[in-house]
Amino acid sequence: MTDKPNVLKVQDVTVQFGGVVAVNNLNLEINKNEIIGLIGPNGAGKTTAFNAITGVYAPTNGAIYLNGELLSSNFPDKKMQGIYAGENLGKYNVRLAPTPDIITRKGIARTFQNIRLFKNLTVFDNVLIAKHMTVKANPFSATFMLNREEERRIRQESMDLLEMLGLADVKNDISTSLPYGKQRHLEIARALATKPQLLLLDEPAAGMNPQESDELMHFVARIRDDFDLSILMIEHHMQVVMGICSRIYVLDYGITIASGNPKEIQNNPKVIEAYLGVDE
Amino acid sequence: MVLKKSTKAILTTVLVVAALVLLYMLDNGVIGSSYTVRIVRLSFIYALIGVSMNLVNGFTGLFSLGQAGFMAIGAYTVGVLTIPVDLRPNVYYLKPMAEGLANVEVPFGVALLLGGIFAAVFAALIGAPVLRLKSDYLAIATLGFSEIIRAIIANDQLAPITNGSLGIKSVPGFTSIFVPVAISVAGIAIMALLIKSSYGRAFKAIREDEIAAEAMGINLFKHKELSFTVSAFFAAIGGGLLAAHLTAVDSNQFKIMVTFEILLIIVLGGMGSITGTCIAAFAITAGKEWLRFFDAPFFIGAWQVPLFRPGLRMVIFSLLLMAIVLFYRRGLMGTKEFSWDGIFNFFHRLQDEIRRRLKKPAREVQ
Amino acid sequence: MDLTTFLQNCVTGVSLGSAYALIAIGYTMVYGILRLINFAHGDIFMMAGYFTIFAITNFMLPWYVAILVVIIATVILGAAIERAAYKPLREAPRMSIMISAIGVSFLLVNLATYLFTGLPRSFPKLGFLQHVYKIGDVSAPVVTFITPVITIVLLFVLIYLVNHTKMGMAMRAVSKDYEASRLMGIEINTIITITFIIGSALAAIGAILYFSPRPMVYPFSGMMPGLKCFIAAVIGGIGNIPGAVIGGFVIGIAETFLVAVFPSMTGYSDAFTFVLLIIMLVFRPTGLLGENITEKV
Repeated sequence: MTDKPNVLKVQDVTVQFGGVVAVNNLNLEINKNEIIGLIGPNGAGKTTAFNAITGVYAPTNGAIYLNGELLSSNFPDKKMQGIYAGENLGKYNVRLAPTPDIITRKGIARTFQNIRLFKNLTVFDNVLIAKHMTVKANPFSATFMLNREEERRIRQESMDLLEMLGLADVKNDISTSLPYGKQRHLEIARALATKPQLLLLDEPAAGMNPQESDELMHFVARIRDDFDLSILMIEHHMQVVMGICSRIYVLDYGITIASGNPKEIQNNPKVIEAYLGVDE
Repeated sequence: MVLKKSTKAILTTVLVVAALVLLYMLDNGVIGSSYTVRIVRLSFIYALIGVSMNLVNGFTGLFSLGQAGFMAIGAYTVGVLTIPVDLRPNVYYLKPMAEGLANVEVPFGVALLLGGIFAAVFAALIGAPVLRLKSDYLAIATLGFSEIIRAIIANDQLAPITNGSLGIKSVPGFTSIFVPVAISVAGIAIMALLIKSSYGRAFKAIREDEIAAEAMGINLFKHKELSFTVSAFFAAIGGGLLAAHLTAVDSNQFKIMVTFEILLIIVLGGMGSITGTCIAAFAITAGKEWLRFFDAPFFIGAWQVPLFRPGLRMVIFSLLLMAIVLFYRRGLMGTKEFSWDGIFNFFHRLQDEIRRRLKKPAREVQ
Repeated sequence: MDLTTFLQNCVTGVSLGSAYALIAIGYTMVYGILRLINFAHGDIFMMAGYFTIFAITNFMLPWYVAILVVIIATVILGAAIERAAYKPLREAPRMSIMISAIGVSFLLVNLATYLFTGLPRSFPKLGFLQHVYKIGDVSAPVVTFITPVITIVLLFVLIYLVNHTKMGMAMRAVSKDYEASRLMGIEINTIITITFIIGSALAAIGAILYFSPRPMVYPFSGMMPGLKCFIAAVIGGIGNIPGAVIGGFVIGIAETFLVAVFPSMTGYSDAFTFVLLIIMLVFRPTGLLGENITEKV
């Protein structure tokens, strides 16, 4: 391990809904500029893991760190608090559950499995809205246009982003009028507008044909370099996952059944079993 | 098709000047009657209240039904504070006005502003629990608060301030039509600017998709609270204007039905359109007055046309609301705003359409 | 408060609560299936009051025929509203269908004002229901005593219907997952219509029981009871039928005692219900018997 802390560290995270354990004791580490894959059959708990990281659900147990700083934690068992929270114990003794907007501000952005654009708004507005969190003006000065400099800045930044991602020519189109692939791109653009350090992509290649997903793969690799990002992606297209991920975690029924580089994963009997079932 | 910027500027100037001239003529009795003046005044006031409701419902996507309550706060603040001291014993004849308040008389503008602030503070307080609720619970909870405000105002224990169920009469009216018009226009303009600002974009994001908005770093509660508070502020300003317009205040003016009528305005105009709301406010306020003949017995010769009797007008209005919701859900403007380009393109399309229709039969003959 | 007054208030409160419960069931069932606050439900209830007046005062029907006629008329009204105002909006945004419900409510009130004038009409006496009956020191009309009995009987019938019949199973399926039920071959629209029929029939019975001890019906007399009953449904846990009944009792009893113990608070009795609602929503938004639903991301 390097002396630099991991960009993201998920430690013993469990997410439970009533009696259902959606994610069981997940441990995951992402280093700077890595692209990590999270795979597993449907219902394995991948999206729930995303939701726990981004604050949609508070973890039932465990801790999540961003750049070594405690992001969220929950230790219902008092005895475990000392062991897990370590030096942070005094600061956050039991439960730290920030809402998604706070997590986004701290530098984790995400996309959604079933695209969630701001439907009736233009492409440009979609990106511009993501810049809102950087606006320092209060509602009063924003209303009376006392923050023109700032407004110009976020407009310029949004425009630059659209140009970089090849969406400039459709900037005035209504977001849902875009073809499906472009909508995925826009969702990523919108996430990038929040200037994240870590980007979570939830099935970015879903519904794409092999050629499109190949393009997406290069696109993801490119934004990693251009924006100096670390990326965690859930993906079913093995071609994409194996192509760009340096390491892969495999979930099944909430449990991490394997992790390692693409080669190791491909040859792991447990993974094959989870995906294909066992011969009777 | 896009018009030149200068053309648009000229058109807008012409429109504004024409409106000002018309208002001036109305105010000085050159055209119209005092009745027309009342309708125009009321339309502007309803436009302000309509836009304030649209800010929350149409732009932020929250289903709030508390407008009547906020209007009541504004109206009563203006009523209580502006009624001339020497007239007070006649108005508060059952229970005299409270000691500390009996000699307090403030100018209309101050009372109006105070009413707005009271409503805004109240909205901020109730917003804390209520705005975290799901949309349909929010509707019922805001409706509830609006009724609570009304019940408190009408209650006997508050009679030394609100005159209880008697209401307040002899509220000073407007000196000129320009007072309510200017205040309404200013209020609408401020809300329009807010909607155009980065905060307004955040409101729309919340309307479109709360979860995505939150994932973009937008604090849902803060923004909902902002929208709700500003909306309450201007609803109260509208209520205060209404008090001066009617020169009387009564808690019965702020029943749930009033909120429904404003809802009719914003649904007709288009949820999420400021100009649509303004147009609808005029159409409905004026329409409601002009359609009064439905409520009176109607004769053709000696034959009394059936159906025409009190209440028909409101039945027609409710049918109108239903028709809009069912067949024309986007209302007049949808989420679009009035623009000269829009008008221009509309006529262009109309022209094309007419041409097409005219040509069609000819083709069928072939 | 002495024991007699206490018992007297108990009887009144339970009776009022039972009438509320019957109406609350209609809200809770419709919400369970359509996720819609049927704002018009209170006004359907008001219309049922008018139907009773017409059936008995104007058409001089014997009370047992009248009750049947009123139930049928109300059911037709309820089902017609569903078909005309809600069915076309199945795919529309939630806010549209709620506005439509408000529109229907608005229409019914205005229609009642137009057709029956805004003046209150006196509610007729329904045969033996009005006879004052005495148990110990507590005296009340028969209707006050039988209302809770009718409510409880209907509750059990309804629970049987929902839990042990094919139709009930279909209802539960639709309320859990709309799309999947459609794919399973359930006629969604039929189920929704049946829900409205049951809700309206209960509202009709509720109206007769509610208005009987009261003198008047007027176009707005459905509004406040309607809102209170929706609140009852929320307090009990929306979508939950026994919950609605419990909520109805809670509100009916609480309201009666508020007025009895603090007569000066009479003007606040409506507002008090909303205070209850807000307390409930803040501390237990799912209601007493409701289950937690998490939104899927």
